[in-house]
Amino acid sequence: MAEIAIKHKDDVLIEELGYDDHFHDHHHGDKYQSNFITHYIFSQDHKVIGKQFLITGIFWGIIGAAMSVIFRLQLGFPEDSIAWLQPFLGKWITINSEGIGSLNADFYYALVTMHGTILVFFVLTAGLSGTFSNILIPLQCGARDMASPLLNMFSYWFFFLAGAVMFASLFLSTGPFSGGWTAYPPLSILPQASSGSGAGMTLWALSLVFFVVSVLLGGINYITTVLNLRTKGMGMWRLPLTIWAFFITAIIALLSFPVLVSAFLLTICDRELGTSFFLSDIYIAGEALERVGGSPILFQHLFWFLGHPEVYIIILPAMGIVSEVLSVHSRKPIFGYKAMVFSILAIAFLSFIVWAHHMFMSGVNPFISNFFVVFTLIIAVPSAVKVFNWITTLYGGNIRFNSASLFGIGFVSMFISGGLTGIFLGNSAIDIQMHDTYFVVAHFHIVMGIAAFFGMFAGIYHWFPKMYGRFMNETLGKLHFWGTLVSAYAIFWPMHYMGIAGVPRRYYSFETFDAFSHFDDLNKFITIFAILSFALQLLFVVNFFYSIWKGKKMTTRNPWGANTLEWTTPINTGHGNWPGKIPTVQRWAYDYGKDGIEFTTQITPLREGEEEVH
Amino acid sequence: MTGLIIVLCVLMIGVIIVQVGRVSELAGRIRGNEEIQRDNNNMNGIISLVFMVVFLISTIVSAWYYKNSMLGYGPHESASLHGSTLDYIFNVTLFFTAIVFFITHIALFWFAYKYRGQKGRKAIFLSHDNRLELIWTIIPAVVMTFLVVGGLDAWNEVMADVGEGEEHIEIEATGMQFAWMMRYPGEDGLLGRKDYTLINSTNPLGMDWTDTKNHDDWVSTAAGEILKLPVGKKVRVRITSRDVLHNFDLPHFRVKMDAVPGLPTYFVFTPSMTTEEYRQNLGALKKNGEPKYPEWWEPSDPDEPDGPKRWEAFMFELACAELCGNGHYSMRRVVDIVSQEEFDMWAAGLQGYYDTTIKGTEEDPFNTSGGLSGLN
Repeated sequence: MAEIAIKHKDDVLIEELGYDDHFHDHHHGDKYQSNFITHYIFSQDHKVIGKQFLITGIFWGIIGAAMSVIFRLQLGFPEDSIAWLQPFLGKWITINSEGIGSLNADFYYALVTMHGTILVFFVLTAGLSGTFSNILIPLQCGARDMASPLLNMFSYWFFFLAGAVMFASLFLSTGPFSGGWTAYPPLSILPQASSGSGAGMTLWALSLVFFVVSVLLGGINYITTVLNLRTKGMGMWRLPLTIWAFFITAIIALLSFPVLVSAFLLTICDRELGTSFFLSDIYIAGEALERVGGSPILFQHLFWFLGHPEVYIIILPAMGIVSEVLSVHSRKPIFGYKAMVFSILAIAFLSFIVWAHHMFMSGVNPFISNFFVVFTLIIAVPSAVKVFNWITTLYGGNIRFNSASLFGIGFVSMFISGGLTGIFLGNSAIDIQMHDTYFVVAHFHIVMGIAAFFGMFAGIYHWFPKMYGRFMNETLGKLHFWGTLVSAYAIFWPMHYMGIAGVPRRYYSFETFDAFSHFDDLNKFITIFAILSFALQLLFVVNFFYSIWKGKKMTTRNPWGANTLEWTTPINTGHGNWPGKIPTVQRWAYDYGKDGIEFTTQITPLREGEEEVH
Repeated sequence: MTGLIIVLCVLMIGVIIVQVGRVSELAGRIRGNEEIQRDNNNMNGIISLVFMVVFLISTIVSAWYYKNSMLGYGPHESASLHGSTLDYIFNVTLFFTAIVFFITHIALFWFAYKYRGQKGRKAIFLSHDNRLELIWTIIPAVVMTFLVVGGLDAWNEVMADVGEGEEHIEIEATGMQFAWMMRYPGEDGLLGRKDYTLINSTNPLGMDWTDTKNHDDWVSTAAGEILKLPVGKKVRVRITSRDVLHNFDLPHFRVKMDAVPGLPTYFVFTPSMTTEEYRQNLGALKKNGEPKYPEWWEPSDPDEPDGPKRWEAFMFELACAELCGNGHYSMRRVVDIVSQEEFDMWAAGLQGYYDTTIKGTEEDPFNTSGGLSGLN
């Protein structure tokens, strides 16, 4: 009975205070969704596009993770035969005279490269920011849809195209690109230097150019929607932190991704047109190339001018999601809302002036590194503020433990662990020893890999009811969380020790060097947990698809008792989001526990004598 | 067959887990969601606490366990002068970050446990606290300033080039797929000119033989050849590449620098102990006569139990630390740090590449019998 009353209350409020944009006069029953193709495939509904990004992201996530399991098998069990993979990998498994099958070194490097590219771009950029920016921006801002639904649809399909090209490159006879996801020239330019730098690199670069088009189309939409389509009363200081995060992320993406395209364009010129932007003084395959005057370091500057902001493009949406999820499930306002916004802005600004901290040991003038060290370590300050604010959000709460809030807490743990090792690497003096070792692998996997995944999972478990009108299974979700938390730490924590021992990353075998070869047990341990972790992600995938059709049905509109606008829409939200008027916003998004009331939605007017605080 | 059984078992486990998930959902319908949620809160609160304790203890125990394998700890003190400064900065950073790590993790999981949702509990309304936020902005800022100043001070000292007239040896490392080629300057102490267009099978570095400074330069291309350097003497390594990017990595000396085609880089370091001294550290004995680091007393070759122990066979290694292709992991060279006298003796025995291979051949521009072919 209470449910009917709440529903009634939301609708009454929207009817009473909402803004009438004459939605029904223009959209007679919403013709846009009249058939299967326009609804499920070439949809312009931001919610469907968000789900398309998510499911495509999950597809790539499985492929990228499976690749890591394969190369982990080679690293953890180099003596054991993996001939049983031959039906899948064919000639990339070499079988020696004793019948032991091992991964071909070229293909090992191709897998490492593809794993990085796929996870960074397709899963943690498109699958995370693409999914949640699409689903949440119009819903939480109080808009009918994105500013340009058509461009939004193109954004997805360019991503799809990028994926199709990348997928095709996996089947080339010379193998996919294998020069690392950073594609440093000259290795990435000269097919003589690596078999993957032939057709594999051509398709890789082409795919990523399509991908950037997708990001730009999406980003321009997100920015425009947040700036122009917020409903009445939704001032910028009333936006949920999710929207702040997506908004700033889109701005970073819009400013940095074009630089990546310029780097690729010059690379393609060097590859196809005989220019020498990045080449000089090279003797390879018995021939001195007539290409002089270029600098491989120029490429690194261009690449990392995107590459560093890119890690914030990945982590900021996760931060926004976690801020929202932790606040809702602690039944408390996010602590220090304005500090959270300012720290996002500070991180975003700093992300543009720290790129060369990836290049301390690359041959740039050591003097220049001084500036990059200073700016890099300043980032620790806003990051620390965010961490302390999340922890204080839990303080004094009435925490509802479910898969979403658990992943939120796990995110904070991962972000702390990975963020602290950044203080080592950002300090160039320590980076001399740690650069390109397993310490770096541990650092970035924890801070922007696992942490971003945890943010994404928190978001999926939290907004799944909004997406599909059903809940994901909680028991499996919790198993997924605790299992992944333990195995992720078991995989990456020991890598710090290997890094401090000097073991370089991207080594196909550790046997050549006495100094690197005594971590056999550790490598086995890591591989076993990588397999376990992979199995747990499959469990998540099963839970996800099972719940779409068979999950527990959502019977109330606002199951979490959240304040934001998306929970004022009907359970089965149609194109246009609100059937009648658009709700107007009366207060900020975090009135949890204020004046003894558990939660007060954003559409509820201030009570008599109540002051808005934040 | 065993493969099939494993696959079936994994599938069965998966099915069982999924069924358990379904059953718990049905149970929730019978018992009421609120009660289930409260049970959940209690259970996950306790798991949080257990996880915190186990996790924090394992970080300490594992670090202790691997202490002697890591560089900068146990027997692995730095073999170069600047390395110990870097190790010190590492440990200072470790000290501060460890404090933050423990405090934040204890707070995070303790609050999660303590404020787990319970019947009748009301969350407090706490939206911000400027004083508190100011404190935790300023403290990290101060600590970071301290770390930055220390780090940059060391950085600028380590990366400084040799001063004019300062005594040092200059050697050259050239990366190629997949080996390091080394060049020593010979008696004149100077490395001669080179040009990549002169590279061919007999002239792997592209040395310009018209430059007489090249004539006494010793070139070492065979991976098995040992590179010797004197202890306590400043070494400037000129680092170049002839094809793709490589990275000159001497982990025991805390030396690392990219080799870039077309752009020579350098790294200056001073070896602070000989290979023999380093071995003595590894093979040190405790007061009671037992090995301090038993793992270094195992035979270096498992097939030869009576052969040299690991500590006796220890050598410094040169590696590549920048992805350079499918043989990236195999660019090993061995470096031996010896006393100045031993080094001088060794160096006196080195023959210029010109003398051994080029002189009198067609490549030799000074070859009077063969004409001036090399100059053309």
